Amino acid sequence: MNNEAERTYEIMEVCLLAGKIMLQSGGETYRVEDTMMRMAASFGIEKSHSYVTPTGIIFSAEGSEPTKTKLIRISERSTDLEKVAIVNSISRKISSGDLNSREAMKQLKEIEAKDLSFPFRMQVAAASLASGCFMIMFKGEWNDFLPSMIAGGAGYLSFVYFHRFVPIKFFSEFLAAFVIGLLSLLFVIIGVGHQLDKIIIGSVMPLVPGLLVTNAIRDLMAGHLVSGLSKGAEAFLTAFAIGAGIAVILKFL
Amino acid sequence: MDILAQVITSFIATGAFGILFNAPKNTLVKCGLIGAGGWLVYYLVEGYYDDPVLGTLLATVFIAVLSQELAKLYKTPVIIFSVAGIIPLVPGGLAYNAMRNFVEENYNTALGSAAQVLMLAGTIAFGLVFSEVINQVIRKINERKLKI
Repeated sequence: MNNEAERTYEIMEVCLLAGKIMLQSGGETYRVEDTMMRMAASFGIEKSHSYVTPTGIIFSAEGSEPTKTKLIRISERSTDLEKVAIVNSISRKISSGDLNSREAMKQLKEIEAKDLSFPFRMQVAAASLASGCFMIMFKGEWNDFLPSMIAGGAGYLSFVYFHRFVPIKFFSEFLAAFVIGLLSLLFVIIGVGHQLDKIIIGSVMPLVPGLLVTNAIRDLMAGHLVSGLSKGAEAFLTAFAIGAGIAVILKFL
Repeated sequence: MDILAQVITSFIATGAFGILFNAPKNTLVKCGLIGAGGWLVYYLVEGYYDDPVLGTLLATVFIAVLSQELAKLYKTPVIIFSVAGIIPLVPGGLAYNAMRNFVEENYNTALGSAAQVLMLAGTIAFGLVFSEVINQVIRKINERKLKI
């Protein structure tokens, strides 16, 4: 009896860890819930319930003994699609019976500790390349390509650094947008840049909350009203912060 | 020539977004291709009918359906493919115009642009819903084929 209870707790730990990694890395709510319940089912817990919101996971497993419930609080969220993919493949392996709970726990802990993201320099380079390309896509001219690349890269760089300094996401987005606006204005005043509007629009794109918006819509569609609305609110606040940062600059025009 | 520049820039831009979102390395090129395809659909439709709403709708459906198929093929989560592709369709330019007009106290123009932004954002949402329906239909048809 005691042994069985311990086993249930062990399985719940594995499921919760998998859910936590997925949610923190930007997985959709329905995928997190689905993954946790599938994992539990393939470990032999037929009936389980999971309730996932962007800030916490509640998971309960029913069995012969009284129902057990655990709660995990999520405070940090970032975007790391590779971790989502890896946890997904681990859950697939569990479903097909290739992994037992001990092994799965070990692998999940390894992934949680690992930093899989691209080197920071590469991220900044990607952000500046994306800014330049977006400027062209929004019908800008090629002579603004370099200014918007620099502004976009500097904006992303300052976003990351401000975020390390002051861990309030909306404030660092505001400051990053401010930096982008300031740089673009400077470029236009010096004469390096030509169309202020296009440069700003292109450079701001790496900060746009694209993942949040798509996830919010997907969650709402799947019936996760709480998560969908809160992700939508986060996306709206981000957009507002970016807008406010640019607006300060435009006020000086 | 113009179209070629658009395709190349959208490929690079969406691929770079894949790096920012830390998508797995072997999917980056596919992300870029999906993004370029979606943007090409948007660009052509918007240029031909002069209607950004229709362009956004078709491009969203294109991206979402294609990513769903790719996700099934490679057994990875859908968002990896779809997220980067959707980003160029976000009406950033219009939102900027709306905000700029608000700041300059041209409230009428600003409200007009803001309404358009809302329309386009709603279109992306509707496109995602629509493609989900298409995916379900495809799945149903495939299941029926298996039964027969």
